Amino acid sequence: MQRYPLWKGVLLAAILVAAVLFSLPNVYGESPALQLSRRDRGSFDAASAASIRDELAKAKIPADEVYVDGDGRLWARFERVDDQLKARDLIQREHEGQYAIALTSASRAPDWLQSLGLEPMSLGLDLRGGMLLVYEVDTEGAVAQLLQRMERDFRKELRDARIQYQDVTVSGHAVRVTLKDPAQTEAARKALLAYDPQLTLATDAAVPGSLTASLSETAIKDRQSFAIQQNITALENRVNALGVAETVVQRQGQNRIAVQVPGVQDASEVVRLLGKVATLEFRLVDPVNSPMEAARTGRAPLGTKLYKQRDGTPVLLKRDVIATGEQLIDASFAPSQGEPAVSVKLDSRGGDEMLRTTRENLNRPMAVVFIEKERELVQRDGQEVAVDRSKEEVISVATIRGVFSNNFQITGLSAAEGTELAKLLRAGALAAPIIIVEQRVIGPSVGQDNIEAGTRALAIAGLFLFVFMALYYKVFGLIADIVLLTNVILTVAMLALFNAALTLPGIAGIVLTVGTAVDANILIYERIREELKVGASPWAAINAGFDKAFSAIADSNVTMVMAAGVLFLFGSGPVRGFAVTLFIGVVASMFTALIGSRALIYLIYGRRRRVERLAI
Amino acid sequence: MEFLKEVPNIRFMALRRWWYVLSALVVAGSIALVLLRGLNLTVDFTGGIVLELGFSRPVELEDVRAALAAGGVEDFQVRTFGTASEVEVRLPPAGSGAAAEEAKLVLGSLAKVDPAVKLNRQESVGPQVSEQLGNQAALAVLMTLLLVLIYIAFRFRWRFGIGSLVASLHDPIVAVGAIALLNIPFDLNVVAALLTILGYSVNDTVVIFDRIRERFRSMRKAEPAEVIDRAINETLARTIIVSGCALSSVIFLAVLGGETLRGFAVALAIGIVIGTYSSIYVAGAIALDLGASGRDFMPPEKRGDVDDMP
Repeated sequence: MQRYPLWKGVLLAAILVAAVLFSLPNVYGESPALQLSRRDRGSFDAASAASIRDELAKAKIPADEVYVDGDGRLWARFERVDDQLKARDLIQREHEGQYAIALTSASRAPDWLQSLGLEPMSLGLDLRGGMLLVYEVDTEGAVAQLLQRMERDFRKELRDARIQYQDVTVSGHAVRVTLKDPAQTEAARKALLAYDPQLTLATDAAVPGSLTASLSETAIKDRQSFAIQQNITALENRVNALGVAETVVQRQGQNRIAVQVPGVQDASEVVRLLGKVATLEFRLVDPVNSPMEAARTGRAPLGTKLYKQRDGTPVLLKRDVIATGEQLIDASFAPSQGEPAVSVKLDSRGGDEMLRTTRENLNRPMAVVFIEKERELVQRDGQEVAVDRSKEEVISVATIRGVFSNNFQITGLSAAEGTELAKLLRAGALAAPIIIVEQRVIGPSVGQDNIEAGTRALAIAGLFLFVFMALYYKVFGLIADIVLLTNVILTVAMLALFNAALTLPGIAGIVLTVGTAVDANILIYERIREELKVGASPWAAINAGFDKAFSAIADSNVTMVMAAGVLFLFGSGPVRGFAVTLFIGVVASMFTALIGSRALIYLIYGRRRRVERLAI
Repeated sequence: MEFLKEVPNIRFMALRRWWYVLSALVVAGSIALVLLRGLNLTVDFTGGIVLELGFSRPVELEDVRAALAAGGVEDFQVRTFGTASEVEVRLPPAGSGAAAEEAKLVLGSLAKVDPAVKLNRQESVGPQVSEQLGNQAALAVLMTLLLVLIYIAFRFRWRFGIGSLVASLHDPIVAVGAIALLNIPFDLNVVAALLTILGYSVNDTVVIFDRIRERFRSMRKAEPAEVIDRAINETLARTIIVSGCALSSVIFLAVLGGETLRGFAVALAIGIVIGTYSSIYVAGAIALDLGASGRDFMPPEKRGDVDDMP
């Protein structure tokens, strides 16, 4: 009798159950689906689901299921991508403008699994089809913009302070002021510090009357990350407006932003929609006329313009613009005295205008309008003409509580509203230029073919391996088969757990780890065979086999883990995907080969009183 | 079932000069092939636009070219891939956002050849990215090699570290040569395949080195060549089975896995064959010729030193 420690067995069983649970949703897979939400933010009911079902049936589009989820959205699931697309076109035609339609995929897993929050692992764009766009943010351009604005503001501040200057120029990451009269240096320093208390001003002993304001390393870094953050927010807004589920907008490396849009898209349409230009306008709210009245008649009184707030309520704003997004230097969510607040910084031109306006309009409301412009090509008289369209929305209405100029705070909002407002304000500031440096579109049928062919090939290869191992190592071969299966289940479970997307190179990583897992088992079994040949008793052979094979398995797996770590750190994109699955797979294969397979051997042979011979 | 009933007694090391010559020739040939003929680099590394189009029926490339020229597309290259109804169009890099417009233009012009033409895949990589992708991949591979060298030198002494390094360089070089010879498109997925080959080769080498280390400790009187031969022979059954399993899996992937996986799988298959060979010959033989001997592992390390490994 050989006993296997009970706690180890329980731990193993627990890990296995968890792994099976986590990887189970993948067995059911996903099918193409449409997700509909009503533009008026209402909920769907059973009747609307039935009518959509009828429409699809009438058009002979086979839908697996049409249902309303807990959030009042309507889902329609299809067997094939073609049907999904046909259904989208149909619904778009029949209900123009009523619904936001998102192309997505729905898990086929039973409800109890989904209610546990277990989802199939996500697939990379190369496997599911979709579009990848990589933008590069001109961060150096953003810094140059800031310097130019400083130069402009310095000139203005000095003029206002009646200090005569010879020149104000940008040189490197600094703005240099040369005064006509060196005696005014101190006065100039005061004026500039009044404009921005955070400036660091240096004098040059060799050139009297000169002042240099250099951007510190942190200021430059801040400006660069502002530029990237601003573009990420803007892109996120627009990507969400596409109405596609599971989009990703993320920073990539130093100055790039990757946008992933799964599913079928019109590529040029997506590029156009994401390429909008955003700006802001600060305007006074018209205190006299009723916005409700204007909304009803559709006519705004003279000198005002009718806008809508984000929640749809109308608001009348005066036509005069106090400041625009181009004058916004920074906006950040900065709670003051425990109250959520957004602090805003304008350049000096905007600050002057703000000072005048607030002085004259104390206790009156002021609004911020967010404007997105897009350029569209329209056919007109057989010619393509560029037309600018803009979407305008009031993102904030706040009462002017005091007289302020270029630094002020917007209060009276919740923390969430404040964060959102700060984001939108940043998105509307003068944008750092971005260009598309990478663009990939993978047709969904290509993606589906990839998955089907790839899965089939892997399944057949796996089956072959299983049969071979069972024939070659008999009972031990079957043990190895179970261990390998566990290995794959563990890998898939961990991928699902870490929410890592499976890509083509990721499959390569799995192939490699299954290879090393097979190798680990074979090393152990060959060792056991050798020990048996030199006359060791079965249990001695088993123990010696595991012990002696350990150093080889450990060395090769440690090398693999190191390689995976380096590839993850230095690689990007596909190389990273490879590294992630390699790492996860190696951990899983170490665990299953060394611990799992031994446990199984004890389970099979451990209960017997005497083991005469091993089926190996 | 067992392939090798008895441990064979092949004198691998005696023939190593011949294998050196062969390896040197193949490596030189691979490098020459890559330099002279060049790799079939995809837009991942060259920058530019690639469009994969699916027609509803087989088309003549001449018709496609004519239609593209008539539609005002410039500087294009056209080839079929897979079947005669699938065509790849390559274009030079375009400015920001222009790739989508180019795709529209190409589709528009080709609709005259076949109204049902579909865009299956489009890739557009700017020159900034392609250069960086190449550099990053190369850096990642080099760092991996360096780290593996250090680890193996630490675990097995420097002679073996050099042996495994040479083997790890040998394999991807020959694999790249084979990729150039077969004109397999060289994209980022193939880089992943090369990394797999590297990993596989290192794994194989480590397993054999492990046995060599063990035998050096147990066969204290024997000649180094004899010890290495013995270790290789003892692990031969395992080597054959593991390589056979890996190779068969990859061949299934190449035959049944679809067009996208094919280049990748073929590269892997080549790599597995070379990796098996190199861990027997290149790695062990170089360690031997660098003067590997039992002294490298004397006095015997404490057993259990491995146990603190993670």
